[in-house]
Amino acid sequence: MLTVLFDGIAYGMLLFVLAVGLSVTLGLMNFINLAHGAFAMAGGYIAVVMMQRFGLSLFWGLPVAFLVTAALGAFLERTLYVRLYDKPHLEQVMFTIGLVFMSVAGVDYFMGASPQIVDVPQSLDGNIDFGGVSLNKYRLFVIAFCAVLTLALQLGLSKTRFGSRLRAAVDDSRVARGLGINVTTIFALTFAFGSGLAGLGGALGAAIFSLDPQFPLKFMIYFLVVIAVGGTTTITGPFFASILLGVADVAGKYYTPTIAGHQIQIGGFVIYTIMVLVLIFRPQGLFGRAPGK
Amino acid sequence: MNAKITRRHTLAAFALAATALSPFAAHAEDVVKVGVILPMTGPSASTGREIAAAIKLFQAQKGDKAGGKKVEVIIKDDTGVADITKRLAQELIVNDKASVIAGFGLTPLALAVAPIATQAKVPAVVMAAGTAIITEASPYIVRTSFTLPQNTMPIAQWAVKNGIKKVVTLVTDYGPGIDAEKTFVATIKENGGQVLDSLRSPLKNPEFAPFLQKAKDLKPDALFLFVPSGQGAALMKQVSERDFAKEGIKVIGTGDVTDDEQLNNMGDAVLGMITSHNYSADHDSPENKAYVAAFEKANPGLRPNFMSVGGYDGMALIYAALDKTKGDTNGTKLVEAMKGMSWTSPRGPISIDPETRDIIQNVYIRKVEKKNGQLYNVEFSTMANVKDPFKAAKAAKK
Amino acid sequence: MIDTALHATTGGESRAMAWFAERAKWRWPEFALWIAAFALAFVFPSRSALFNEVAILALFALSLDIVLGYAGIVSLGHGAFFGLGAYVAGLLAKAGGGAGLYSDPTFGLLVAAAVCGFVGYLTSFLVLRGADLTRLMVTLGVALIFAELANRMAWLTGGADGLQGVLPGKILGLVEFNFMHPEYAYLYSLSVLFILFIVARKVINSPFGVSLRAIKGNALRAGAIGINVNRRLNGAYTMGAAYAGVAGALLAQTTAFVSLDVLEFHRSADVMLIVIFGGVGTLYGAIVGAAAFKLLYDLLAAATPQYWQFWLGLILVLLVLFVRGGIMGLVSGLYARMTGKGETP
Repeated sequence: MLTVLFDGIAYGMLLFVLAVGLSVTLGLMNFINLAHGAFAMAGGYIAVVMMQRFGLSLFWGLPVAFLVTAALGAFLERTLYVRLYDKPHLEQVMFTIGLVFMSVAGVDYFMGASPQIVDVPQSLDGNIDFGGVSLNKYRLFVIAFCAVLTLALQLGLSKTRFGSRLRAAVDDSRVARGLGINVTTIFALTFAFGSGLAGLGGALGAAIFSLDPQFPLKFMIYFLVVIAVGGTTTITGPFFASILLGVADVAGKYYTPTIAGHQIQIGGFVIYTIMVLVLIFRPQGLFGRAPGK
Repeated sequence: MNAKITRRHTLAAFALAATALSPFAAHAEDVVKVGVILPMTGPSASTGREIAAAIKLFQAQKGDKAGGKKVEVIIKDDTGVADITKRLAQELIVNDKASVIAGFGLTPLALAVAPIATQAKVPAVVMAAGTAIITEASPYIVRTSFTLPQNTMPIAQWAVKNGIKKVVTLVTDYGPGIDAEKTFVATIKENGGQVLDSLRSPLKNPEFAPFLQKAKDLKPDALFLFVPSGQGAALMKQVSERDFAKEGIKVIGTGDVTDDEQLNNMGDAVLGMITSHNYSADHDSPENKAYVAAFEKANPGLRPNFMSVGGYDGMALIYAALDKTKGDTNGTKLVEAMKGMSWTSPRGPISIDPETRDIIQNVYIRKVEKKNGQLYNVEFSTMANVKDPFKAAKAAKK
Repeated sequence: MIDTALHATTGGESRAMAWFAERAKWRWPEFALWIAAFALAFVFPSRSALFNEVAILALFALSLDIVLGYAGIVSLGHGAFFGLGAYVAGLLAKAGGGAGLYSDPTFGLLVAAAVCGFVGYLTSFLVLRGADLTRLMVTLGVALIFAELANRMAWLTGGADGLQGVLPGKILGLVEFNFMHPEYAYLYSLSVLFILFIVARKVINSPFGVSLRAIKGNALRAGAIGINVNRRLNGAYTMGAAYAGVAGALLAQTTAFVSLDVLEFHRSADVMLIVIFGGVGTLYGAIVGAAAFKLLYDLLAAATPQYWQFWLGLILVLLVLFVRGGIMGLVSGLYARMTGKGETP
């Protein structure tokens, strides 16, 4: 029972790191970036290349994955994305899907179609016993790492000057601009940072689920679920949504209730049913504030 | 010798000229077209790549002549979607006048094509898909890959012999997975064993943790695994996290899990894992040594797996059938020629069952070991000439 | 334009009628398009299997354009109805065994339309509230639940192996589907597309269609002038669902096979791309988009079976960067320049 909870939280934490950048950019610029998963994939593959070609450990792979994808995000934001902010949502969707297609085929060309595996560092391999419950060290590391990251993000948003400007811009970018806040720069930085986080999540996750060129498509739905349920106005919303989702997904697969003598596998239904129900009763998301404008 | 070649060249030149001049001679009699439909993109892309590479290798090694005709292979990508497979098959037969169609990465794709093969009387050589029922869908389907019951039964019998009483199965929730589960469960139960639970994970599932945890909590003697080619690495990654060995739980499976293509990436955690399968890149025979060497030379960084050998043998079967019919491309004659054909493949001796058109082959019990710093499935026991148990049981009932 | 329409309605009935008549008038490029589409079956019978896929995809895209382009409901789960229609028609044809009423293709289409319309009506209540993202995710969620249901109900649907033994009867009791003659299937699908297109065109240019546009423009204001917003949205969603069901049914009948991938996410995503690619809210955009998408895919996949996705992605990216409103945006721009007139219908 505890192990199920533990696995679910680890899974949820990973989802959060992967998706939080998307949530912030959506809330800030009202821009639907379906190519967010491509940045996560890029991070994963960067870690793979660092480890396989240069023999570095995952501990080095993580910061490199973050920095390189953040730089990539900044570059693409300045050259391509910036042209799309005033276009309709649907054209943004087509544009970012186009980018996903290109990234899928591109990664396939350079890295091959077969899944890549990231080796966990020796020190994080294996399990430890914790009050009779055996916990995987790497998942424990993922939870601790993501928890620290989330705290840092939350503090950064609430305590720093940049954070308060960012919050102001998310709340109402027009007024923020009027107050002399440079929303364009804030957005570029946020976009780069969010992409970097996705890359970091991709590198972290690659050691748990395998990494292949289909990654951005496979995870696109999960990201969208996190954002729809968590809302886009805070980062605590997506955080709790990710944890809820992770635990529900894992528990839904673990427990197979028996109805009328038949085992019913509810695993495939749980997440989507929760999401549909949440959205019917709270269209702005479970943790989102209703638009006050 | 020289004169002969020149004459052949002149003839070829004439033939070419004729083709160019007359639109009706576009499908010149001396070209046999083989339409190969594979998932080259999408989630099953690695299957398509292995088979395509094996087909290219076969033609590079054996030339493009069979039964006195030039064999032309046309490879199409169906992205793993059934209606596209069907349309491509239709176009290959109707427009390209393909005499043989082949490939088929997944069970529904092969089943979608079956009615066309029957109507058009064109042989369909299944090089990958492994659900038992496929060959029953059309009298023109011939298989050179394997069936899941065929690959599963030996490991179940091995488990029984090695004192395994209580088992949990975890398979992917689709045709082949259910085939594997049924075969394994039946064999265990027949021998007085106990199946604690049969778990099925969704086909598109990046997270196996809950299923594995459940299997662990049930404390069986052994956990049986099956996932399709390409997912083995992700599964084994999560298996190694759970420390089954510490609880005294043996992890066994079909060779799909320890797929040669990915085995090396799985890490030392898979060392000692026992599986049964029809092919290992480590198979000890001169044919296989030559095959693996040539394959790896042509495709650096890619190790041939059981999918590739299905494609290689599929081509071998098509060539042999054309030789036997002396180049006659009549579909019924080709299928008749294929029935009962037997030869030595890189995987060992194989033949086509004349009754079911399915493959009869050795299935090997293997253990993952390290050789020269690389992980291999090392075969240690052989079950010779295994027929598909699913169809064999059916035949026995009649 | 909506404003003129509303003014016209208040201004006088005859002027309104004239306005509707003007909008409903057929223009020469439309005739040319349809004649060309039918002619293809006779000029390139050998490629008709591909054209058949285009026609089915076009109908599917048309159904989404009604929902997305006119009612303004962003749906990423429209594949649910496509798949449902495919299974309904497939199961009927299987039950009929190739003859009788159940296997009659026309009957299959009607039942598929009715079932999908009904389910569409029921689910339409879920998408009345919420912003774009919410609707996107609700429709997506419903579609994924459908896909999982079909997978679980393997006793009915054949599960992951696909539905075997789908035997559609003769078209109108006259012509049999023949895989050696893919043009039969193409003409059948194209005729259905043509008829349903005419119906959609009429509906879109009717007061109902105009009120839909008013809602899409500003739902609050539309409500204020007395349009029952929710009922109009229910109606449009139901119609879109029924159309998608017919498209799915056509696929099941012309390929004589149904597999789980009719319900998969990529169907919903592809069709949405196609509608945007062609141009949202134009009806013709759906048809032109489907044709362009499929033919591009066919060309690229033949040229590079492994990496066609890259080039397709590049085309999508460039189209967004340099053209507004998809292919129809491009076409109407050119048309306007050619004739010096305004936009095409």
